[in-house]
Amino acid sequence: MKKLIASIVAGAALATAGVSAASAGTLEDVKAKGFVQCGVNPSLIGFGVADEKGEWSGIDVSFCRAVASAIFGDPTKVKFSPLNAKERFTALQSGEVDLLSRNTTWTMSRDSSLGLMFVGVSYYDGQGFMVRKSLGVSSALELSGAKVCTQTGTTTELNLADYFRSHNMPYEVVAFEKNEEVLQAYEAGRCDAYTTDASGLYAERLKLTNPDDHMILPEIISKEPLGPAVRQGDDKWFTVVKWTLFALINAEELGLTKANIDEKKTADNPEIKRFVGVEGDFGTGIGLTNDWAYNVIKGVGNYGEIFDANVGPSTKLGIARGLNNLWSKGGIQYAPPIR
Amino acid sequence: MAAGDIGARSFGGRAAAIINNPSVRGLVFQIAFVAALVWFAWDIADNTARNLQKANIAAGFGFLDRTAGFGIVQKLVYYTEASSYGRALLVGLLNTLLVAGLGIVIATILGFIIGVARLSPNWLIARIATAYIEILRNIPLLLQLFFWYFAVLRAVPGMREKWTFLGIFHINIGGLHVPRPVFADGAGTVGLALIIGVVAAVLVARWGRKRQEATGQAPPAGWIGVALIIGLPLIAYFALGRPISFDVPVFNDQGPILRRGFQAGSGMTVIPEFFGLLLALSLYTAAYIAETVRAGISAVGHGQSEAAHSLGLRNGQTLRYVVIPQAMRVIIPPLTNQYLNLTKNSSLAVAVAYPDLVSVGGTVLNQTGQAVEMVTIWMIFYLGLSLLTSFVMNIWNRRVALVER
Repeated sequence: MKKLIASIVAGAALATAGVSAASAGTLEDVKAKGFVQCGVNPSLIGFGVADEKGEWSGIDVSFCRAVASAIFGDPTKVKFSPLNAKERFTALQSGEVDLLSRNTTWTMSRDSSLGLMFVGVSYYDGQGFMVRKSLGVSSALELSGAKVCTQTGTTTELNLADYFRSHNMPYEVVAFEKNEEVLQAYEAGRCDAYTTDASGLYAERLKLTNPDDHMILPEIISKEPLGPAVRQGDDKWFTVVKWTLFALINAEELGLTKANIDEKKTADNPEIKRFVGVEGDFGTGIGLTNDWAYNVIKGVGNYGEIFDANVGPSTKLGIARGLNNLWSKGGIQYAPPIR
Repeated sequence: MAAGDIGARSFGGRAAAIINNPSVRGLVFQIAFVAALVWFAWDIADNTARNLQKANIAAGFGFLDRTAGFGIVQKLVYYTEASSYGRALLVGLLNTLLVAGLGIVIATILGFIIGVARLSPNWLIARIATAYIEILRNIPLLLQLFFWYFAVLRAVPGMREKWTFLGIFHINIGGLHVPRPVFADGAGTVGLALIIGVVAAVLVARWGRKRQEATGQAPPAGWIGVALIIGLPLIAYFALGRPISFDVPVFNDQGPILRRGFQAGSGMTVIPEFFGLLLALSLYTAAYIAETVRAGISAVGHGQSEAAHSLGLRNGQTLRYVVIPQAMRVIIPPLTNQYLNLTKNSSLAVAVAYPDLVSVGGTVLNQTGQAVEMVTIWMIFYLGLSLLTSFVMNIWNRRVALVER
């Protein structure tokens, strides 16, 4: 009996001690287990969505694959955790996922009180409104008195309140837990408008019975810089993820694509030589191999390719590059150089 | 055993006796167990706090005073975007209490009717009640919730149209629009008159029962009660110069399409999310209560109703005066469980956008990131509400329990 109690107490002590023990660096953990655990959106076309065969696609999903390519040279060494808006931060904080790549807005409070670190901006977005064309509204400023449907647990509720308050317009917000119900309620006519990030509106509009009966209003009422995030306090992992994003953007600037990187690898361009790891020692400096950036592009293509394949003008979403174009082409996507 | 041995063993024997004493030993083990439990809980709390600090995550309840900044569609108390997070949670809390309280009342009434109906000698009524119970009990509540919510939404006219009942009730997809009472000076006196009327009606009913027991004559206590409850406030209302007026919902069918329909800020609106949730919760729980009621009635011996019949009581009277009072003793404890279930199930509200405590708390959690604190608030509230419900039901249970004489 005494032995039993003693062992229970000892076991409990061990269990709690285990909780407090700090884990080793995320990069080492990831290398040891052989894959990246990536938190993504399960149902946002163009950003994170799984098809009927369980194949994931989207910008955020491609970013997860890019990180896996950088570490393992293999874009398939990634496992996805579908997360809803409310679960996502806890999943990252608790270590359930190594990386959160789920159309998440970079805000100060998330940096300051959630223990997160955003590595950069993978998509410059902004909150917009979708309405029925039959409403005869052409600007969000005409939405005074409107009933607005949205998803709870996001920054959109706050932006919505700020926008209507600052323009002195009354409104009513109907906030659902999941996208699916927001869309159903909007389609049933419970709301005059549907609000979320503009990219999301384009994606959700496609799910409506008659997408052409609905339009997205021109106003963008907020800045929504979406980007991947990691836990605070692990600089090594943060650096790896951050430079994976920069590599994607730099590759587009250098004209390196999935198709031509093998042939350009041998080109006599010092910038490209550094990028693919023929010159310099950049990869080992962040705990990877020197051909890490080559692997990223070989695995998933450059930023422009990912954008075009998932949300670009040739896809169903048909979103123009706009702000997300390279700084040299009229947008604001810009990455520090690899040198 | 020789007498000398006893003296030699006496010292060590006393210690052994204490160790071997079952009650002492039990006490020691219990204290040790409680101590281990307390230490374990403290260790977890301490660990969490330290880990949060290490991960740079803010902790504490200071966030409750900060400005919430988001809107809530249904509020029973004053709330704007400029109110605090604490206030927002209060709004959510009251919304939960409202839907749970009304749900309990409706589920109880419906459950009793269906439970009795299932035992009805009428074949059709009994089969309908059985079908109701079996169907509703065996479909997950969340699916029923979606069904009722979207059924309600699809069945009613759109935002720019309406159905009108009795001239003052208007229904469309925006909800039920009714006149909102506006209270001027003196309205409190009318409310007081209503309370006095209700109290007086209760007293009259008691007096009526006593008189019937004493003399066999039943005075019309019910009618007197109704007259008191309606009459007293009416007299006060007119005597004080009509202090209560009504703000009628304004319906506009002219101008730009977005301006048409019921105007925000006029009248009172009960949102469809509330109806969907209330309907799902009460219909679902009513099925369980019906089974509880059936079990309670079946537990009353058949001889009881036979005896009542042979005394000349009719079916309804037998049920009311003989069977139900005895069945209540069996019904109340499981009924408490159903009330607790209904309250806890109301946390599904967020699925259909009803702003209950979980829904509002979720928004607060996301904006502030204070997950541990928010989850603690949720747990304390639901625990407190459940304990309170149990407490009240236990008092009632004690009143109807069998008293041995």
